[in-house]
Amino acid sequence: MLRVTGYIVRRLGQAVIVILGVTLIVFVLEHLISGGIARAILGARATQLQLSDFNKQNGFDSPIWYQYWVFLDHLLHGNLGFSYKQNRSVDSIIASDLPRDVMLVGTSLVLAVLIAIPIGVAQAVKRNRAFDYAGTATAFVLYSMPSYALGLLLIGAFSIAVKWLPANAPQGSTVGSMLSHPAGLVLPVATLTLVTYALFSRYMRSSAIDSLAQDYIRTARAKGLSEKAVLWRHLLRNSLVPVTTLIGISLPTVLTAGLITEYLFNFQGLGLEYYNAATTYDFPVMLGITVLVGLATVVGNLLADITYAILDPRVRY
Amino acid sequence: MQPFGGLTQEYERVPKPAVEGPEPAGIEEPAGAEGGEVYSQGGVLRLIGRTFARNRLAVIGVGIVIVLVLFCFVGPLIYRTDQINTNILESNLAPSGGHLLGTDNNGYDILGRLMAGGQSSIEIGLAVASVATVFGVIYGAIAGYFGKIVDTIMMRVVDVLLAIPIVFLFIFVSTVITPSTWLLIAVLGGLSWLAPARLVRGETLSLRTREYVQAVKVMGGKSRRVVFRHIIPNAIGTIIVNATFQVADAILVLALLQYLGFALPPPTATWGGMLSQGSNFLSDGYWWQVYPPLVAIVLIVVAFNFIGDALRDAFEVRLQER
Repeated sequence: MLRVTGYIVRRLGQAVIVILGVTLIVFVLEHLISGGIARAILGARATQLQLSDFNKQNGFDSPIWYQYWVFLDHLLHGNLGFSYKQNRSVDSIIASDLPRDVMLVGTSLVLAVLIAIPIGVAQAVKRNRAFDYAGTATAFVLYSMPSYALGLLLIGAFSIAVKWLPANAPQGSTVGSMLSHPAGLVLPVATLTLVTYALFSRYMRSSAIDSLAQDYIRTARAKGLSEKAVLWRHLLRNSLVPVTTLIGISLPTVLTAGLITEYLFNFQGLGLEYYNAATTYDFPVMLGITVLVGLATVVGNLLADITYAILDPRVRY
Repeated sequence: MQPFGGLTQEYERVPKPAVEGPEPAGIEEPAGAEGGEVYSQGGVLRLIGRTFARNRLAVIGVGIVIVLVLFCFVGPLIYRTDQINTNILESNLAPSGGHLLGTDNNGYDILGRLMAGGQSSIEIGLAVASVATVFGVIYGAIAGYFGKIVDTIMMRVVDVLLAIPIVFLFIFVSTVITPSTWLLIAVLGGLSWLAPARLVRGETLSLRTREYVQAVKVMGGKSRRVVFRHIIPNAIGTIIVNATFQVADAILVLALLQYLGFALPPPTATWGGMLSQGSNFLSDGYWWQVYPPLVAIVLIVVAFNFIGDALRDAFEVRLQER
């Protein structure tokens, strides 16, 4: 366990540095805006007095390094600032959006894993046969399709050609109220699940092929275990190990696909919030969400690495 | 022959080449070279070419790319349409003899617009991939070659940029500046070099311990010579494969940003933009405004992925199935 502890401490240190870097990037980006933030928010007709007033209110008149310090200080205290447009704190916006996002992204991730693992194992076992080719082809097309295109196809098929499912996500303010209209959730979740599945399936297949060649599979077969037991007890379980890494590294892509899905289906989550903030120059909201996304990615990777280190004792550092 | 050779093909048993990677065309190494440089290896090149050509998916991919390039760049010479002036009298027409794929809401001919949009997609995709590959390769090689503190600092920068998904970052950038085509290429390229940088760094870490690199150092070769003449040429397989995927990814990201309206706004013809506009009329049944650009995007991305997969297999001729 000591071996893993040192590794975890080192990875934690790296993660902190990376998160600091993320805050620095978004902070610099915000201050790069031509003509200043005040001009972008207040518009071309704002007077000099209004501009300087805005700068004073938001602390933009102090030295830049001090502004960054204040930003970090607020961040550490969980204060992400106040939206320019919504008359709400960024914290409260995130607090109301995040659960809906967790539901959408979480459900899709779980479903994608549940679909990808058995199909990947089956493909590995039936390698180079019709089933394998069909699976590879499907994954290839899904992978090559922009996520919104997939959503559009689903809408075209299930909302327009046959009117079975609505093309709009339910607009409830809480997860519970959204869940009370499950029909509206089917298409967004399906879109994100398929995108994520495409991402996973290639890895799952090759990982299962790798596992099939391992000594423990040969040992299991040599012991005289039935093929079913070999597959379910040995292959499937060991194929679960790389899934943790896979979820960690695919988080940025999944979150991006989440943004698109939310935009497409008008699903009130952080992605749509980010899009709306970008079109209205609501920088505090964008800043807060970007930091959160960066944090999610870093923590996701960290957890994946640590889980992997614990699950697979053969890994050396 | 198997239909999906690219992913599952059994390779001919071939002897492992002494040096990985082919020679970049035109560099002939004189006799008495210091060794380890990538010199003419017609055999390996031919082997790679043969493995590639035997892969049915690779041939399909190349075929699709050629057809699409001809369609976008030669097509407008044959099928002339006005993609500058709108014509509201002819808006939203269904496909007919006059407009083979119908017209969009502004009266632009869809088939012609598909060609014009394809030009920008392909050009920008290639340009972004080139920028990202050149920068990423040099960055990764330097980090991997010097190692230690240089490597640590350089790779932490990569980690930071990787932590923010490129689309989020680009949306943020586009609120700060309005990207023209050149700026778009610079920004997208500037955000996409992370994967090649990581790959080449990893490759360099192993290459720099090889005897021939040590030999050049002992003979007094400068770091620049080692990196550009020995390390990068030996990693060329990884680099080319990744560059191919970069083209596909750039076209996808571009289409995505255009769909969201953050890159090259109308009247510029883009596949993503056409899709975005057409999708507003999906419920009106104007299918010809949605499916043609969608098919075009999927086709070109699939094609570049096919080629990339086949190239990877071809370069890894020593990777034989277990």
